[in-house]
Amino acid sequence: MTKEKTAEEQCNEACEANERIQEQLKFSKIKVKAVKLTGEINIPELNPKSMLSVKPQLLTAKEMLEHLGYPAGGLVPNWKEVFLRKMDEMLKKYRSVKLYMDICVKCGACVDKCHYYLGTGDPLNMPVARQELMRKVYRRYFTLPGKLFGSRFVNGSDLSEELLVMWYTYFYQCSECRRCSVFCPYGIDTAEITMAAREILNSVGIVQKYLHEIIFKAQVIGNNLGMQQNAIVNALEFVQDELQEETGLDIKVPIDVEGAEVLFVTPSADFFASPHIESLYGYAKVFHQAGISWTMSTHASEGGNFGLFIHNYEHMKKINKRIWEAARALKVKRVVGGECGHMWRVLSSYSNTMWGPFDYLDQKYKRPQHICELTNDLLNRGALKIDKSANEEFIVTMHDSCQVARGMELGGMPNGQFEIPRAVIRGVCEKFVEMPADTIKERTFCCGAGQGLLGDDMMATRVKGAMPRMQAYHYAKRESGVNFVALICAICKAQLSKMFPEYGVAMEEVGGIHQLVGRAIVLGAKESV
Amino acid sequence: MRTIECAGKKIELDEDGYLTNLNDWSEDLAKMLSKEDNLDLTEPHWEVINFLRSYYQQYQIAPMIKILVKEIKKTMGADKGNTKYLYQLFPDGPAKQACRYAGLPKPTGCV
Repeated sequence: MTKEKTAEEQCNEACEANERIQEQLKFSKIKVKAVKLTGEINIPELNPKSMLSVKPQLLTAKEMLEHLGYPAGGLVPNWKEVFLRKMDEMLKKYRSVKLYMDICVKCGACVDKCHYYLGTGDPLNMPVARQELMRKVYRRYFTLPGKLFGSRFVNGSDLSEELLVMWYTYFYQCSECRRCSVFCPYGIDTAEITMAAREILNSVGIVQKYLHEIIFKAQVIGNNLGMQQNAIVNALEFVQDELQEETGLDIKVPIDVEGAEVLFVTPSADFFASPHIESLYGYAKVFHQAGISWTMSTHASEGGNFGLFIHNYEHMKKINKRIWEAARALKVKRVVGGECGHMWRVLSSYSNTMWGPFDYLDQKYKRPQHICELTNDLLNRGALKIDKSANEEFIVTMHDSCQVARGMELGGMPNGQFEIPRAVIRGVCEKFVEMPADTIKERTFCCGAGQGLLGDDMMATRVKGAMPRMQAYHYAKRESGVNFVALICAICKAQLSKMFPEYGVAMEEVGGIHQLVGRAIVLGAKESV
Repeated sequence: MRTIECAGKKIELDEDGYLTNLNDWSEDLAKMLSKEDNLDLTEPHWEVINFLRSYYQQYQIAPMIKILVKEIKKTMGADKGNTKYLYQLFPDGPAKQACRYAGLPKPTGCV
């Protein structure tokens, strides 16, 4: 590793270390080509260090770093001390992380389960190797033999600038999708390790841009896009006008309506991007036709919660708080979440411990509902009239988004997170085909851009990481003529609609489940609910 | 981060080529940025760019794609009012490429 000293004489050692780190973590654009689709997912040949040069951009905006409580001047002078203090804190706070440090037996069950490893062949993208980046520090500094006899004795790592570079590189090539944990006989969850590692990096002043800029915007402005209130109102009024023009009916897209039954929260991408917006039309039609009064909120204008991606409860709580403040202020009876992967995990699994109990809600709905659950109930009760022929051009498959599939539950029934969204698709489409069994449900492959890796700076990992999903889709297309993949996550929608063309498939083949619902729902005379 | 010189003024761009200071924008700058991508800005490109800029002034964010499509349909005719046409104009995607030429910040979030 080259260590060029700068000319500036006043620069002390810490300053030089920071400069070296900034240099080594410097972002450079890397173009990669998508592989040819064959329908097969093969274990690649080893290609060591092939992804070492791929690094996301660093956050340098002082205002944002200060707001988030991270060092604003790059690597802090006493970084080794800060690093170990933070790691100690994480190990004590998250007993799971400590347990995962101790129990891996290196059986190798996980090595070929990561989409980034399958797509890149870089052995450091094997989950066990990724975990080992932290485990080596753990053995050296947090076990008795390591403390007494040093790193060589325990096959550990001393803290070094090189280690920081490795951490920043490979903990940002993990999308925390938890597929490897499904196959681990001990259930070691690499996501928890990655989350802790990112937060340790943050503490020493190495902060990734895409994800933390969004945490800042979600806290300060209220949503990931940074949409001001007047922009949200403008977008939703536009959708309402369009819906009314299209249907000739008085369909509402309500905002900040006090006393509505449902507060609906969804990713702000649903107000902005394609194909996300198509699902918003679907949600509005469902509420309209079912006669359920609903509202969105300018205060809680984001469903997503990127605080999860770094396991920082403070950030998570602040972002989640807006939802419950809005629910209380608008006096709603229940909260329903739209199509967003990790939103569902945070909303359903963490809300209660963060801001519960929700005794002000209708006690039939103590926990938030998923929009698929709501639509499925309506379909089961025959409360929605459906014309499946509106979707007859589609042979549909479903991509299970990782944070839903390997989150907690949906609809209060076992495997509800798999079965309920599928029931909705089947309820509105004639033709539904599964992708190969190893690539769906709890074994689903990540879209390749989850948990903070969706930035344009991560195009290399995005293209390579999407490979397994693309191969599985190609297989279903070739064998069964599939021409549409339905899903319930905003990140997956953005990623796949960008990756499909990279792999030679039309971007229009990607969309939300409620995009399909919206097309098939027959509007008009109200059915009883 | 890099700087380019436009009309005798040094202008700072971020890693993705977006303006660091939005007030630095000028038509000449838009032309320079598009030239780097081997793209000539024609009348329809300017329609999009101008609309993005005026929307941004009011709402501090780019419009959602459907709003842009509708506007283009209104000003340029029904055959052009679709996403496909916008992608023909801006192959890297209207939300990102057109925003960059128009001097708007890059959209963040799950988009």
